[in-house]
Amino acid sequence: MSATVAAPPAVRAAGVVKRFGAREVLRGLDFEIGPSEFVALLGPSGCGKTTLLRLLAGIEQAQAGTVEVPESHSVVFQEPRLLPWQKVWKNVLLGLPGADRATAERALREVGLANHADAWPVTLSGGEAQRTALARALVREPQLLLLDEPFAALDALTRIRMHALVRALWEAHRPAVLIVTHDVDEALALADRVTVMRDGVIQLDEPVPAAARTRGSAGFEALRRRLLDQLGVAAPTTPDAEERHQ
Amino acid sequence: MNTIETVENNGRPLARNAGAAVSDARAPSRAASRAAADGARATRGARLRALAGTVARRAIVPLALLALWQLAAALDLVNTTLVPPPSEVASAFWELLTSGRLTEALGISLTRIAIGLVIGIPIGLALGIAAGLFKLGEELIDATMQALRTVPFVALIPLFILWLGIGDVSKVALIAFGVTFPVYMNTFAGIRGVDAKLIEAAEVFGLNRRQLVRQVVVPGALPSILVGLRYALGLSVIALVVSETVNANSGIGALVSDARQFLQTDVVLVGIVVYSVLGLVGDGLVRILERRLLSWRGSFRGA
Repeated sequence: MSATVAAPPAVRAAGVVKRFGAREVLRGLDFEIGPSEFVALLGPSGCGKTTLLRLLAGIEQAQAGTVEVPESHSVVFQEPRLLPWQKVWKNVLLGLPGADRATAERALREVGLANHADAWPVTLSGGEAQRTALARALVREPQLLLLDEPFAALDALTRIRMHALVRALWEAHRPAVLIVTHDVDEALALADRVTVMRDGVIQLDEPVPAAARTRGSAGFEALRRRLLDQLGVAAPTTPDAEERHQ
Repeated sequence: MNTIETVENNGRPLARNAGAAVSDARAPSRAASRAAADGARATRGARLRALAGTVARRAIVPLALLALWQLAAALDLVNTTLVPPPSEVASAFWELLTSGRLTEALGISLTRIAIGLVIGIPIGLALGIAAGLFKLGEELIDATMQALRTVPFVALIPLFILWLGIGDVSKVALIAFGVTFPVYMNTFAGIRGVDAKLIEAAEVFGLNRRQLVRQVVVPGALPSILVGLRYALGLSVIALVVSETVNANSGIGALVSDARQFLQTDVVLVGIVVYSVLGLVGDGLVRILERRLLSWRGSFRGA
């Protein structure tokens, strides 16, 4: 990563240890994200990837090691976590008492929800609620955006639209992004670098070359198979890859 | 921030196009807004008709019962001294109203309830908030409140009469005591039941403790607090009736017990009806409050 050489990293975690009771979830983990870098963190469920995100968000504290994150960071959780008793635009401005409605409307327009500023969260679809959560995260122009399996609860079509939206928002605002996911294809569609966590440390850390981003390209298939191997899944080839081989 | 039009509305990607404007009252075109206004008028008429229908259907059973009752009295199937027909109860009500006796008695009883509520509700709220927000508050308050809650408050009447006399003070004290517990219980449970994930999110977005309480905890606990309020108003009427029935020198209770001595069953029935209307009015008031404060809840209303 040339960016990490030039500028100090946005996130630096070194020798991080996190225990829950007797269970050691993170075992001396080292992890970095460069400024404006989009990193995906993969791992089997229960491996501690969400724990790492929560450490970076400041929700949890590590027992050992150092964690450095930018002052301005925000999170999109797996559930939208909107306050049901506040209109959508007020939710976007949560924790920004000085901000005005126009700011919220600008952020909502960016996620395609300009018409929903006055809606109650309960009336939104799953995708709309999650886009509101994205607007809420981005309206404070964070240097670090943490995404905790944000699309896991959405249907496949909505998820594809959300990928495009997140990628576009990232290109517009250029925060450093960490997306925690268990979906290899999602990681490859979004991130510039893919990491795999296992046994409490980062086992694999690979850049995603632009050529490998395209589904069905040789680079994509090779990287996808390597990631699935790391995750302990015997990798089936995708249908279109099989077609090409025949 | 620059606009990125990548994602359309889920499931209705063309909602912003003109063809769909009728369904969208916020669409800027004038034709669309006129259509929307017409639509609103039409739906208001339909809503009124639906309301009239549901009111009529709800009234069928009580009206039928009243008619049966009247018929039974007219056919001499019941002793009208003990079971006066609805028409007699109505005329007794009119007499009490025009003579001013009912208004006076009602004023006295309402004042007792009001003072009892004004004392009891804030105490229940304050204790519930203290126990709900602070671990120390819970440790200090909750066990005592749970123990006191199990005392049937009606059983305290003799004690309150000994301590406070047979006047208004003991009645007000009973109402205040009875009302405190449902408010306390529901406030405490409401605060502790606020979604921990919302609190976590609010903390991530930088809310301090005061903002957290104001923007997340209190609104989150409000539905439960209003349930407590509803119980409290219902209980306040029960406490009033019991304390006025046990010893009544004024108020609706006195009206009823005087009537009992002179075998004026119609007046007794008027008293009962007035008591139940008090309960209904209290319930209605909290319902209005709920509709105003909890408009964000899109709740199931029955099919």
